[in-house]
Amino acid sequence: MTTDTRSTSSRLRHDPLVRGLGWASALLGVPQVAAPAGFARALGVGDAPRHRSATTAVGVRELAAATGLLGRPHPAWLWGRVGGDLMDLTMLARALKNHDGRGLGRTVAAAAAVTALTATDVYAAVTRTRRSTPMELTAATTVTRSPDEAYTLWRDVERLPEFMVHLDEVHVTGPRTSHWRVGAPFGKTVEWDAEITQEVPGQLVAWRSVEGADIANSGEARFVPAPGGQGTEIRVSLRYELPGGAAGKAAARWFGEEPHQQLDDDLRRFKQIAEIGEVVRSEGAPGGKRARGEFPQHPARPLTEDELKEALS
Amino acid sequence: MKATCWTGRNSVEVQDVPDPSILNSRDAIVKITSTAICGSDLHLVDGYVPTMEKGDILGHEFMGEVVEVGPGIRDGSLRVGDRVVVPFPIACGACASCRAELYSCCENSNPNAGISEKMFGHPTCGIYGYSHLTGGFAGGQAEYARVVLADTNALKIESDLTDEQVLFLSDILPTGYMGADMCDIQQGDVVAVWGAGPVGQFAMDSARVLGAEKVIAIDKETYRLDMAAAQGCTTINFEDTDVRSALLELTGGRGPDKCIDAVGLEATHGASHVHLYDRAKQAVRSETDRPHVLRQAIMSCRSGGVVSVIGVYGGMIDKFPAGAWMNRSLTLRTGQCHVQRYMQPLLAMIEQGRIDPTRIITHRLPLTEAPTGYDLFKNKEDHCEKVVLTP
Repeated sequence: MTTDTRSTSSRLRHDPLVRGLGWASALLGVPQVAAPAGFARALGVGDAPRHRSATTAVGVRELAAATGLLGRPHPAWLWGRVGGDLMDLTMLARALKNHDGRGLGRTVAAAAAVTALTATDVYAAVTRTRRSTPMELTAATTVTRSPDEAYTLWRDVERLPEFMVHLDEVHVTGPRTSHWRVGAPFGKTVEWDAEITQEVPGQLVAWRSVEGADIANSGEARFVPAPGGQGTEIRVSLRYELPGGAAGKAAARWFGEEPHQQLDDDLRRFKQIAEIGEVVRSEGAPGGKRARGEFPQHPARPLTEDELKEALS
Repeated sequence: MKATCWTGRNSVEVQDVPDPSILNSRDAIVKITSTAICGSDLHLVDGYVPTMEKGDILGHEFMGEVVEVGPGIRDGSLRVGDRVVVPFPIACGACASCRAELYSCCENSNPNAGISEKMFGHPTCGIYGYSHLTGGFAGGQAEYARVVLADTNALKIESDLTDEQVLFLSDILPTGYMGADMCDIQQGDVVAVWGAGPVGQFAMDSARVLGAEKVIAIDKETYRLDMAAAQGCTTINFEDTDVRSALLELTGGRGPDKCIDAVGLEATHGASHVHLYDRAKQAVRSETDRPHVLRQAIMSCRSGGVVSVIGVYGGMIDKFPAGAWMNRSLTLRTGQCHVQRYMQPLLAMIEQGRIDPTRIITHRLPLTEAPTGYDLFKNKEDHCEKVVLTP
């Protein structure tokens, strides 16, 4: 899993706080670089050469931060600002300690301002570092059906829960929209609306969750005639934006240790439905698509009436 | 109903269990009239095949009368009252493997295909009473059984042949036949068969039917070699003879044209050091199977010949003689039997009297005495060759 920089970048680009901090960096950086002596005097720290060069260095750092935050925003720039703030506070503290009294009030005011700015930067960095980790799964199968037949079965999105283990229910809400419900751990359910983003009958169907889904996700299924008239090759890819933090961890656990295996199993069941009309059940795995979660399995012997009711529910 | 259940390593009990019910629309329920204990059941019982669970019903050789059919059975293809033999591999008939008549590689019939895919690279079919690796289907050493996708997995018997004449169409007769079929036997061929158990006996009969001139049986049980000799086979007892030298002697130094391994993963060996080596590796799980027969067949086979493997292997083997196989242009052919491919032609051969499957039956027991049957068969007591159980 890698951090998705592109979507993070576009999210931050329109974030007023991030932009505000970017402009603040620019407004501080320009006078620091253009007139370091004046700036240092204004802070009441004197304009000795070491003060001037320190001010210039701080200005360069601020301009870099401004360029980053306004140009290619990333949480790293916000954390950079936090680091810079701590440097500034250290320098101001030393200045206060060794102060000769001239302009002491201005230095105290500057320290207070930097402290407030630090708090703002920490807040921005923490809240904007939302590690969204996309999980991409791909799997393929071949079915002895024509591309049109396979496509039509897949496009009937209300049947997806018959073979996709996590889906509880999908119902169609419009020609290209549907509502999806999945069972999450601890009896919670997660729901979202999805829309078909692309469909080429017999070849391709792609979908994604609409804005506001708890776990943004998208997927596509491609249908290609298999060589030698063997039927149709189906390649499916799914992408989930797993939220960071505890929620993301819970979601990852829910997918299990082997999410790829789960998609493989989903496709295996799709193949069963496409080729023989239903998902095969055994006494050991009577729950059909829930079979994988049933380990250790029911012994390979007939089920009692109660077990049967539960398995077929 | 009563059913033969696996209750732990080397432990089998007849227990009361619920009656089977329809789980899929193309299921049928069969009232079992005859069922048998197979050599591969022994591999399950003694724990060599993983994924067994306590309480699993054993048995994949069974036949009986249809008492219920699911709503998805095609009109008229199977009716209540039909007398059927059930092939052990569950085949859907619709996937690419089934269309190519590779029924035991069916891509749809194993709900636990993910596990078998991990072990074998690609999934394999569902099998009744044969661990959860093959789907966790209840077996047929019971009073009733559910037949899955029954319209493609039940051979109707419409003549008045007895149960004992047709029961073995479920597994061992087609398995033995496929062993010989894969050899591509030419007139005049010498065929050596390792293992004179039920499958080996049928491989010998089939080799003869397919045109072999000389059939050599290799085993250590004198009574089993005697059964083969009664059919006109030459015999080698590996306990008192070096097999390779004996085969060279019998074939004028050429080696058998075709070799059939009807033993598989639990081979015993005359030379104790080799046997100890494999037992030790098996014990520490660095080798799961003891491939002694496979090694010997490859080393013995004539250059350009065929080694046909129908004995069951489950995992990894060691010291595979790849050099002999490659340098001497050997063909290695194998597979769990594609029973559905052979049932009709073999039924016809039984009707014509060309093959008599009943000759191997040595013990007939009521289902309730299945554990006794397992003991007899496993320990080769009382000259046990094949046990048929009747509920």
